[in-house]
Amino acid sequence: MEFRTRAIHVGQEPDPTSGAVVPPVHLASTFVLPAAEGPADYDYARTGSPTRHAFEAVAASLDGGARALAFASGMAATHCVSLLLKPGDHLVTGTDIYGGSWRLFNNVLTEQGVAITAVDTSDLEAVRAAIRPETRMLWIEPIGNPLMSVTDVAGCVAIARAAGVLLVADNTLATPVLCRPLELGADIVMHSATKYIGGHSDLLGGLLVARDDELGDRLHWLQNATGGVMGPLESFLCCRGVKTLELRVLAQSATAARLATWLQQQPRVCRVHYPGLSDQPGHDLARQQFHGGFGGMVSFEIAGDVAAARRVVESTKIFRLAVSLGAVESLIELPAVMSHGAYAPEARQAVGITDGLIRLSVGLEAAVDLEADLASALATLGD
Amino acid sequence: MPEPPVNRRKDAGPSTLAVHAGEDRVKPGFAITDPIFAASTYTFANTQAIVDFLEGGQVREEYGRYGNPGEKVVEDKLAALDAGEASVLFASGMAAFVGLLMAHVDAGDEILFFDECYHRSREFCRKHLTRFGVGFREVRTCDYEAMEAAITPRTKFLISESPTNPHQSVVDIERFAEIGRRNGVLTLIDATLCTPYNVRPLEAGVDFVLHSATKYLGGHNDLLAGAVTGAADLLDPVRNLRGIMGGVNSPHNAYLLERGLKTLALRMERHNANGQAVAEFLASHPRVDRVLYPGLADHPFHEVARRTMRGFGGLVTFFIKDADWRQTAAVIDAVQIPRIGPSLGGVESLIEQPMVMSYWNYSPDERAAFRIPDNMVRMACGIEDADDLIADLAQALEAAE
Repeated sequence: MEFRTRAIHVGQEPDPTSGAVVPPVHLASTFVLPAAEGPADYDYARTGSPTRHAFEAVAASLDGGARALAFASGMAATHCVSLLLKPGDHLVTGTDIYGGSWRLFNNVLTEQGVAITAVDTSDLEAVRAAIRPETRMLWIEPIGNPLMSVTDVAGCVAIARAAGVLLVADNTLATPVLCRPLELGADIVMHSATKYIGGHSDLLGGLLVARDDELGDRLHWLQNATGGVMGPLESFLCCRGVKTLELRVLAQSATAARLATWLQQQPRVCRVHYPGLSDQPGHDLARQQFHGGFGGMVSFEIAGDVAAARRVVESTKIFRLAVSLGAVESLIELPAVMSHGAYAPEARQAVGITDGLIRLSVGLEAAVDLEADLASALATLGD
Repeated sequence: MPEPPVNRRKDAGPSTLAVHAGEDRVKPGFAITDPIFAASTYTFANTQAIVDFLEGGQVREEYGRYGNPGEKVVEDKLAALDAGEASVLFASGMAAFVGLLMAHVDAGDEILFFDECYHRSREFCRKHLTRFGVGFREVRTCDYEAMEAAITPRTKFLISESPTNPHQSVVDIERFAEIGRRNGVLTLIDATLCTPYNVRPLEAGVDFVLHSATKYLGGHNDLLAGAVTGAADLLDPVRNLRGIMGGVNSPHNAYLLERGLKTLALRMERHNANGQAVAEFLASHPRVDRVLYPGLADHPFHEVARRTMRGFGGLVTFFIKDADWRQTAAVIDAVQIPRIGPSLGGVESLIEQPMVMSYWNYSPDERAAFRIPDNMVRMACGIEDADDLIADLAQALEAAE
């Protein structure tokens, strides 16, 4: 079956006892066992529960993986993956990645004896050069954040395979609608389900999808041992959210593409970052790697200082000033002080996250309304 | 005059309204989404605060049956989507229908229906309102002359659905509204099947629009709700009576409805596209006798539908050729994707045989009067891929042959 049909039906078999078309939300923390020892579908909700399993089933199907695991947040999922590393191991990450991931890698894992090298993963030569004998994992974002750089997943797979390194893709921005890294050979996909998967700004969640059962079982062992699991109500809301995932992402991508093109024509905007624009360095790769669109995230730089950028983000009427992304409401923010404030300042500058960079998360509003909103906000910059 | 904020504008695009209308810009806790107030009652700082409230000096909540902050957000969003002044939310579509009529009709009044309206709505009027001295009459759907001729000095309400379910008759709502206005009679359109995305009946001049929000507005087959929208002064008595009769929506439900409404425009585009694709496929299938779908050129109300509707919805009614009820049931039992069950408007497709699902307890003569033949199938297209739905129907029609 096709993607959207699976998004609606996998894991959502009607409840056999009542016939309810939407499975019940199981809030139980523990489950009555048939015997003191021996097999049972469920015993304790940290290990697994029916509503979480329903979400995990559809998530595995959408990303084309063997097993999915749902977490309390994207960072809980990222942390679980990082537990595959031990002191002395080396991790290669991208530079254009989520600020919270950057913080976990550089401020927490380093304390535990894991060495980190951050490289521009849109440059495969740089990735290859960063691999060392003790490298165990390569962490990429197919669409980077906040600069929307495009990383060649298949190219990274080839490098990782040759070096015997696990390839993990944070697919939060691209979503399984546009890109399915496991199908390209990645080992693990991570999502902040808070974003497009949930899609309504009303839950926190994380996801890991493993390529095969062996890796999935290892991650599940770690998840169960550390306990950062997704709750039943969030699991229910995620199941509900993925039913409209494809509709939302395609609509958001179409609106974002239009806004990116429009922003390029604005005299007060000096640079636009969006993989769908033909003048972007990763555009050809993006056309090949992403299907149906280039995502709902756009960032741009204005001609002006931080104060001017603040004026823009504080004067939109439809775009809300807030971190996070991927929801029905459009959001606007300043990465340097908000989403990527966790980067060390020198690292932030080296990566290219300027103080005047503005990031948009495009929602479901009518494109014409969003365009008018940005036009009036940019007008605060004067001529 | 400054432009009103986006959450109070009524001229924005349908998806902008669906996402933002009715919501405060600044919410409790500065949260991006509205909180769920799971409170049965609301406290007062002191006795003077109660007196101030009772004297009308302060707009606030008092007790859950009289209102809930989340409910108000949904009501304002629904009002904006339908370009109405106000909306009153109820526990179900039937609660909304009953609440509206109970607030507006008196003993001696008459209610006049087009005869394809939801049979439970008509049953309420025919069996129950008549016990209180309210007259019930019905005329053939879309027979506007018959409707006007049936109006008497006692007539209080003209009521129709559009499109009707499952017959898919499409009412010329402007004409319907004009009959009401000319005769000083209130008009109500149950717009559950078209939703404000496809038609906005208030703009065509009717007094009230009713929705079973359980269907497309909620959209995920996981809640019950109903709403009536129209002029604020006409809805004040409805709201007051709701507080007495008590058929209110729960705070949790109201939140799920608000969440569902945010994707209304996207879902409706897909429902419309799937309905059209499925209807066209069925119309060309040798085992299908006839298809009722307003988007088909041979539909008796296609011209009205084209003129007045943005899209034609997800509901497709069709008839299996030369089939008795068991042969028809065999087709339904052979489908793999749509679930068998009543209701419509959710992301999951549903399929049913009206003769079995809704009219089993009626005699063949009564079913004939309702125009529900044994070989009628009703499919509520969800938002799955149209290709999957069509392939599934194709195999079911073949398997059951």
